Amino acid sequence: MSSKKLKAKTKTRLSLWTLWKQRYLLAMSIPFVIWLIIFKYIPLWGWTMAFQNVKPSTFNKPIFQREFVGFDNFVKAFKDRLFTQTMINTLGVSIIGIAIGTLSAIVFAVMLNEMKFRRFKKVTQTISYLPHFVSWVIIASIAKNVFNDGGVIDTLFKTNFHLMSTNSILIWFVIVFIDIWKEVGWNAIIYLSAMAGIDPGLYEAAEIDGANRLQRIWHITLPGIRPTIIVLLIMSIGGALNVGMERQMLLSNPLVEQHTMVLSWFSYKRGIGNSDYGLGTAIGVFQSAVGITLLLIANKIAGLFGEDRLI
Amino acid sequence: MRKKITAIDIILLLVFLIIIVITLYPFLNVLAISFNDATDTIKNINFIVPRMFTLSNYKYVFKDSDFIMPFVTSVSRTLIGTLIGVVTTSMLAYTLSRKDFVFHKPFTILFVVTMYVGGGLIPEYLLIMRTLHLGNNFLVYIIPGMIWVYNMILVRSYIDGLPTALQEAAKIDGANDFQIWYKIVMPLCTPVVATIALYYAVGQWNAFMDTYLYAQKLPTLQFKMYEIMNQATMKLDVHGSTNVTTAITPMSIRMAVTVVATLPIVIVYPFLQKYFIGGMTLGSVKD
Repeated sequence: MSSKKLKAKTKTRLSLWTLWKQRYLLAMSIPFVIWLIIFKYIPLWGWTMAFQNVKPSTFNKPIFQREFVGFDNFVKAFKDRLFTQTMINTLGVSIIGIAIGTLSAIVFAVMLNEMKFRRFKKVTQTISYLPHFVSWVIIASIAKNVFNDGGVIDTLFKTNFHLMSTNSILIWFVIVFIDIWKEVGWNAIIYLSAMAGIDPGLYEAAEIDGANRLQRIWHITLPGIRPTIIVLLIMSIGGALNVGMERQMLLSNPLVEQHTMVLSWFSYKRGIGNSDYGLGTAIGVFQSAVGITLLLIANKIAGLFGEDRLI
Repeated sequence: MRKKITAIDIILLLVFLIIIVITLYPFLNVLAISFNDATDTIKNINFIVPRMFTLSNYKYVFKDSDFIMPFVTSVSRTLIGTLIGVVTTSMLAYTLSRKDFVFHKPFTILFVVTMYVGGGLIPEYLLIMRTLHLGNNFLVYIIPGMIWVYNMILVRSYIDGLPTALQEAAKIDGANDFQIWYKIVMPLCTPVVATIALYYAVGQWNAFMDTYLYAQKLPTLQFKMYEIMNQATMKLDVHGSTNVTTAITPMSIRMAVTVVATLPIVIVYPFLQKYFIGGMTLGSVKD
């Protein structure tokens, strides 16, 4: 109630006099609003292309002079010979990534939290963040040393595993492994900070009651970070189809491309590679629409289980 | 409370040692290969101390004009992009932190919405290449990604936490809003400015997709790496008559470039640690 009143008081009326009085603030913000409209809102308006037949020759026509085709682009995308495999790859690499990625980040955070040697804990943490700051190109270059035929792993075990040259879902697991290697330390930070918020009194009480270490982790630490886990899970399920083209492309090679192609890359391939702008946009719109739907479903399920919901 | 060291602690220690090895080994391996004789490397790739030390891989990279221009491009986009990013972001953040600004609410909403919805790959590509004709133009590295809304929110929440008395005093002394921003607010914002400067710098240095999509004729170091990676055989011109005995393979070159491209990150890493983590916890306090 009182905060509402306060807000009403500070609100400034729009008038020529206030505009003049705030001319510096206007000059310091309007250029960026224009920038925002050009680079963020015009591409959103570009979603109309998903419902039109847009090719390089028709791109420069005003929007209402282009041919509206309804959902034809979507139908064309779904009937594409690459679509089914691309969809399977996207979901596969996503689900494996979310499952193993979340689990390993939680396990790593719990282990760090249990570590008694302070300095050693700090060193491990510092080292584990390092790959997060290194670009995907460099990670890919390093990964090729390790996983390629005759690379570090093959040499170590004196067998040829063909880790990056088998045309199967093996490459999904290799990609997920590399991703976890890169991000696990970073992803653990948020769980660690959630653990720092747990009341130490709980641990002391549990110790007095005779709970051992595993019991303390199971009954105090994990329930303590449960809301964090749920929120992050809902968010990653919402982004399940948005597997980045950069990582997939860089860790791929012609031998395994059939199993590394994901929706964003497919959209690029059809939209820019084949210059079918309408089709490419439609794939992007499909991705966003499914993403929002998945987010809402995950959110609903969390609510049904009595968890805190994201929205 | 005194803590007892149990068997579990020792096991944890060992597990962490293994994690450290798994994380660092690939980096050390790259470093060792980059300093190792190329023909010797082919025999067995698995080492972290150079067996036949040589600088010829680096000599090749630094002599080759193919690598010098990308290096210059990477450095310039990092410096210019970071500078422009920091100035514009903090200026905008200041205006949006002013609750008495007439457009405080609508502008804030306009910016925040873009954190959740985006046009996607194809519309952005067409805007930049077909409408604005920024292809193969250095500006494509600076302008489209000039402000990250997330960074703007970081700075804004930091400014919100500053005492307003100084700003009011300056106002009474007749300072205009621009002067208040750069004379009063900016000096107080050093920690958060350092945080976002690192975000922008790392983002710029590591960027690859923008070159791939929009400016392949203006390659950065990252893009050059990608090109070497995808070349099965590389045309290696042995410079003039200088010792023909030094063999160089695409792999050794790739490793030397990898080291050069990773080095700046490793150098700023201690600062990254301090400010990035700070940025992360700042980010969790959203309004």
